[in-house]
Amino acid sequence: MSRTDTGASERVADHPPSGPGRPRRGLTERLLAVRELSLLIALAALILVTTMRNDRFLSAQSIKDLLLGCAILVILAVGQTLVIVTRNVDLSIGSILGLVAFATGELFLAAPGTPWPVALLVGVALGGLCGVVNGGLIAVAKVPALVITLGTLYAFRGIDYYWAAGRQINAADMPRSFLRLGNQTVLGVPVLFLVALVVVAAAGFYLRSYRSGRELYAIGSEPAAARLSGIPVGRRVFAVFAANGALAGLAGVLYAARFGTLDAAAGAGLELQVVAAAVVGGVAIFGGSGSVYGAALGAVLLTTIGSSLAVLRIDPFWQQAVVGALILAAIGLDRLLALRTAARLRGGSAHGA
Amino acid sequence: MSPDTDGTQTSPLLVLDDITKSFGAVAALRGVHLALHRGAAHALVGENGAGKSTLVKVLAGAHAPDSGRMTLDGQPLVLRGPADARAAGIAVIYQEPTLFPDLSVAENIFMGRQPLRGARRIDSRAMNRATERLFARLGVRIDPTRPARGLSIADQQLVEIAKALSFDARVLVMDEPTAALSGVEVERLFGVARSLCERGAAVLFISHRFDEVFDLCQRITVMRDGAWVSSDPAADLTVDEVVRRMVGRDVSSLYPKQDTTLRDTLLDVRGLSRAGVFSDVSFTVHGGEIVALAGLVGAGRSEVARAIFGVDRYDAGQVRVAGRVLRPGNPRKAIAAGMALVPEDRRQQGLVMELSVERNATLARRRALSRLGLLLGGAERAEARCWTRRLQVKTSRLAAPVATLSGGNQQKVVLAKWLATEPRILIIDEPTRGIDVGTKAEVHRLLSELAGAGLAILMISSELPEVLGMADRVLVMHEGRVVRELPRAEADETSVMFAATGQGAAA
Ligand SMILES: Nc1ncnc2c1ncn2[C@@H]1O[C@H](COP(=O)(O)OP(=O)(O)OP(=O)(O)O)[C@@H](O)[C@H]1O
Ligand SMILES: [Mg+2]
Repeated sequence: MSRTDTGASERVADHPPSGPGRPRRGLTERLLAVRELSLLIALAALILVTTMRNDRFLSAQSIKDLLLGCAILVILAVGQTLVIVTRNVDLSIGSILGLVAFATGELFLAAPGTPWPVALLVGVALGGLCGVVNGGLIAVAKVPALVITLGTLYAFRGIDYYWAAGRQINAADMPRSFLRLGNQTVLGVPVLFLVALVVVAAAGFYLRSYRSGRELYAIGSEPAAARLSGIPVGRRVFAVFAANGALAGLAGVLYAARFGTLDAAAGAGLELQVVAAAVVGGVAIFGGSGSVYGAALGAVLLTTIGSSLAVLRIDPFWQQAVVGALILAAIGLDRLLALRTAARLRGGSAHGA
Repeated sequence: MSPDTDGTQTSPLLVLDDITKSFGAVAALRGVHLALHRGAAHALVGENGAGKSTLVKVLAGAHAPDSGRMTLDGQPLVLRGPADARAAGIAVIYQEPTLFPDLSVAENIFMGRQPLRGARRIDSRAMNRATERLFARLGVRIDPTRPARGLSIADQQLVEIAKALSFDARVLVMDEPTAALSGVEVERLFGVARSLCERGAAVLFISHRFDEVFDLCQRITVMRDGAWVSSDPAADLTVDEVVRRMVGRDVSSLYPKQDTTLRDTLLDVRGLSRAGVFSDVSFTVHGGEIVALAGLVGAGRSEVARAIFGVDRYDAGQVRVAGRVLRPGNPRKAIAAGMALVPEDRRQQGLVMELSVERNATLARRRALSRLGLLLGGAERAEARCWTRRLQVKTSRLAAPVATLSGGNQQKVVLAKWLATEPRILIIDEPTRGIDVGTKAEVHRLLSELAGAGLAILMISSELPEVLGMADRVLVMHEGRVVRELPRAEADETSVMFAATGQGAAA
């Protein structure tokens, strides 16, 4: 051998990376946890400040309203996280939600005796079908998902308008058992929020513990490498859009149960709030990193800001500005964390990590 | 070499017959033959752009060949994708690391094959332990739970090697796995490869370093311009003969550094320190001089270079350019002061893969080429043409995206980009990584010429012949410190190696 280097290995031998005091969780996971912790702190600070100004903010009723208010956004944010992690985005979810909500109302109009679980299944299936349309178009057209779902945003909404033809469906048209679903509580916690929690937990568990879940991160992190390691990229992306559609369908049914009054404009513009929640929650818009827990916390934070500004009697105009500032702050924070870990990892690698 | 390790007696394990592959008008492979035998290592050599990596990708199922046949164990082999190749027992180390930066090192190695426990859940602990075992076999210590982002090129390559080993494959394909590695790591890799061979695996090895090729392999296949030239037992060949077949002509004197008269001090580094990375690094580089930084991978050489250029911060010390203090942590100031850094990691730091060759080649020089803030296509193209011709970049057209170039040709574009800035001080990290013999001599000639014209050159290299042939002075680093300074006359293999392994001070 004619080269000088004798390798990082020997030098590193004097700096064993694993000591007895080494925490269980790996470095990669610890970095994520830092991000989620920062969201929790922001949320706690917000609640604290608002409560100091108005102590009714922490009353049982207002907490219930808050949880009810964020449930649907949380479910949508979880679905969107699945998509964004693979370096895609789905802009059509607001329209899917609207379409499914209206369809649910129509179902009860047509068949008043339908039990609510059936309506739920029909809604999820219809949403899933919309997702399949998205996924199919993306697979066939080989055009970025942003463009495809921008198209279906208008297409699904168009169908909704055509179908509704200016009509409105009212709470009176829907069975009481179904509407109760939207307002009932278990031990003071709204059922809707419990559903959202189950969705978060299930998605979080799936992404963390299953091969196909980890492959979603791999796809978003480096699509070319994912293909070279034999991951069925097309199939996974298709499945993710179908799943996101199904979750938007679920959200649509819950929307109908909660609000009771439905027209063709339900859920318009929601997609941007959802993307905002995910970004604030630390889901990297270029894919490969972020968690559903973060996204869910982002959704809760955005909802809380909305109600806390109302409690503080601050002009709604400021609400928009605050959300904007929050997104920028979140991006800034991500950037800062990235730079700091990069410096640390580089410095560390000189000593063999 | 005993006749049975030679492998010619047994029937081959994997055969490629008359493979062709074109990308548009570029014929990357034209009727290539290859036969890999059980228990033998086979080398594939050729100039940059000869089609080696394309052949590897065909073997890996990543490219479908336009025509030709493959057989494995006598059975026809049809690969519809990388998953098929894996299933057939073919493990591949690609030339460019294919890691997922956001995922942990262990996940990178076991993606899609993670060990499972109840309910088909991933068993992360078993995965991390398996990763540690693989690293132990290779003799490296990388934390399996750290993200792949930020790994040095050498460490990335080691992770790739660990990944390929974890397959326990029948056919192991390695595309320039040693380009960023140091002697000891290469020895360990070869040890593992030989033990795989003993267990009946076939190995295909690609490298531009002939000592490695002759060290490991029993047979050598030469390719030129996408075509198969020859396959012979290594024992029947010499380095000169292989080079002649690769290039089609004789390549003369490899390291032609001319003696030059030293001019004023251009780069003056004083007491540069960064906690935990390097400390108290001081040296000067004069105009007309080539100073080499030698040392182990991870000794802190690249980190010092990055700190001088301002990409990384430093805690103490000073960098002076022609007597004027350079503001730390500001690469733009460094460029303005006439400094250029050719980085180690071309994909991350050197090139914009989607942009064309000419754009990349002139990226660092756009200000100078623009008039009234407008970039003139003509000037850009002329400049790019001049440098790409000098460095013999092989590309179908200058407008082709850099991503479609072969690995060595990408490295040449990085060089072109920084040489085009006409710097006064050139810091160059592994100047000939992945570059073939012919162009290597050309790069060395160019560096020598630039020094002759008064440039101060700081060169980091892991190839000892390159260091000894090119440098007027050799600075040897060990664990973040400059431990020896050797003038050209005193620098030889033993003195540099001694200092690099930390024995210099004791000797
Ligand atoms: N995806 C692609 N699109 C267009 N041309 C390509 C593509 N991939 C490779 N080529 C061309 O095919 C030829 C062979 O490239 P290849 O990467 O196989 O060379 P190589 O022998 O591996 O060279 P090196 O030693 O530099 O790695 C080159 O001319 C290259 O520009
Ligand atoms: Mg190559």
